[in-house]
Amino acid sequence: MKTLMLGAAMAALSTGVSAQTIGFSQIGSESGWRAAETTVTRQEAEARGIDLRFSDAQQRQENQIAAIRSFVAQGVDAILLAPVVATGWDSVLEEAKEAEIPVVLLDRQVDSSEDLYLTAVGSDLVHEGAVAGQWLVDNKPEGACRVVELQGTTGSSPAIDRANGFRQAIEGTPDIEIVRSQTGDFTRSGGKEVMESFLQAEGGGDNICALYAHNDDMALGAIQAIKEAGIDPGDDILIVSIDAVPDIFKAMAEGDANATVELTPNMAGPAFDALAAYMADGTEPEKFIQTESALYTQDDDPMAQYEARKDLGY
Amino acid sequence: MSQGLRRLAPQLVTLAAVVALVSAFFPGFLAVEIADGRLVGSAVDVLKRGAPVALLAVGMTLVIATRGIDLSVGAVMAICGAASAWAVSNGLGLGAALALGLGAGLLCGLWNGVLVALFGIQPIVATLILMVAGRGVAQMITEGRILTFSHEGLAFFGAGDVVGVPTPILIWIVTGVAVGLLVRRTALGLLIEAIGINRPASALAGVNARVLLIAVYVASGLCAAIAGIVVAADIRGADANNAGLWLELDAILAVVIGGTSLLGGRFSVAASILGALVIQTIDTGILLAGFPSEFNLVIKAGLVVIILVLQSPRLGPGLPGFGLRAPRAAGVARTEKATE
Repeated sequence: MKTLMLGAAMAALSTGVSAQTIGFSQIGSESGWRAAETTVTRQEAEARGIDLRFSDAQQRQENQIAAIRSFVAQGVDAILLAPVVATGWDSVLEEAKEAEIPVVLLDRQVDSSEDLYLTAVGSDLVHEGAVAGQWLVDNKPEGACRVVELQGTTGSSPAIDRANGFRQAIEGTPDIEIVRSQTGDFTRSGGKEVMESFLQAEGGGDNICALYAHNDDMALGAIQAIKEAGIDPGDDILIVSIDAVPDIFKAMAEGDANATVELTPNMAGPAFDALAAYMADGTEPEKFIQTESALYTQDDDPMAQYEARKDLGY
Repeated sequence: MSQGLRRLAPQLVTLAAVVALVSAFFPGFLAVEIADGRLVGSAVDVLKRGAPVALLAVGMTLVIATRGIDLSVGAVMAICGAASAWAVSNGLGLGAALALGLGAGLLCGLWNGVLVALFGIQPIVATLILMVAGRGVAQMITEGRILTFSHEGLAFFGAGDVVGVPTPILIWIVTGVAVGLLVRRTALGLLIEAIGINRPASALAGVNARVLLIAVYVASGLCAAIAGIVVAADIRGADANNAGLWLELDAILAVVIGGTSLLGGRFSVAASILGALVIQTIDTGILLAGFPSEFNLVIKAGLVVIILVLQSPRLGPGLPGFGLRAPRAAGVARTEKATE
């Protein structure tokens, strides 16, 4: 009986027409990026004809564990999990493994043994900072370049990693010097307030050649501070930041920002691809699939990028 | 007049000392110049950035004078900023945006006031409800994203200027003077103090404590609404997650530095505003001094402790200008211990 069912299941898989059912346990919608990730995951599933069962955990691990158990009980083909915390997943992941349901982690990692999940899809925060730094190395004006840095929330891993990546990229370029570095708490108002103090402290802004912000929102606040000081952001002071939220593309289209590094909300696309390959012929993916940290500049038709992103829920 | 100055002396001395300290680290602190027809300089930044806390402190002073506290002001800022931003981004006019923002603040204040005055819920609990839930309300209005707008009329309240003076500075000065005159040129201030010192006694003396209590929470809600509109206008967007976050604590600190006892009673709106400026001078000074950001909060905490210890009744009388009113300052010292 069991072999018969297994055989039927294999047959259904091999024909390739069976609509897959995949459960997705999302953390919640605490940020615009998270909301965009949910939207994009749904779009990707629809494009592939996958029946996506979505569960919003509202920031609680117990909700996520309950959702995974429910997915296992429903007998889904695979589970996507964006874990709210790193620890405490062992037993529920083992349950999924016993039911032979592959689990793919999105965006964040867990502290469980690697054989409990198929793979993890995520972005490399150090690499994001390095891409931003490399852009400045390639695009800085002739001569010395004094850079001010708006850091993320002190002690948070994006702030630490994005700072390190940027420094690694500019290491070989003695012309570039980070002269001021302060936290803007990842917020627009924080970015604006800190940028005002940078401008005051650096000769009204005359001594600043570029701004590196750990996220776009701080850059957007800083752009307003620079404008209000009578300086031209994008020309007098180069602006490079990370995340690629819709509003930064608007600023780029207006010539106020220069470059942004994308933290893609499309973690599900690579996850679905890895799952498809695994189910087709058992191809084991790498344990970490790094998403591309694409660089966008004013040459990449920012207005079209804005239009494409503005309805994703950012 | 001289009596008023004597009341403000400790705060003025503190502000001067903090300004001197910041100037030692950043010599150009007080330099003000005119660029593009508007005043520019670190001191101007302090006055402008201090606007939200100064506005909150005006309302908070009245609430604290009645022996209450309003923890919800940060969340109310987020709600009102979101309401105004929602209005302009949906094509409503400036008038409607301001009316919606201020109306939301009035409703929030009314909610707090009714819980405290009619249902007798302790102010810290009553306002905690809106502190927690309010941010959720704001997130509902903005649908969880930063609601960006490009309405120049609304942006004027945060980023504009009147003959070179940034609008937020004018807004807190006008609000402070208006409220100060209202409570000191009429008997209102005295009645508020009476409630704070002894509510049953004031009721026996014929003060309508209920109405007055509701009124001070409404005033606090309106001040928070103005602050919320200023903050949203400043960044041309309503950030429901971060607008006014933790500012209720800075507002309470401003009132305490201003020498108003958390146990209610005598108060000074002007002293609270000076307290807000002291806090903002510290904040801006830390940014200008260029220390690594890990030190920000430690430096701020250290300076605040020094200021409060110097204003304490034990140390205060030994220093000129400090501790002139020992009974009131005693309340400050006691609450300080309680929060440790």
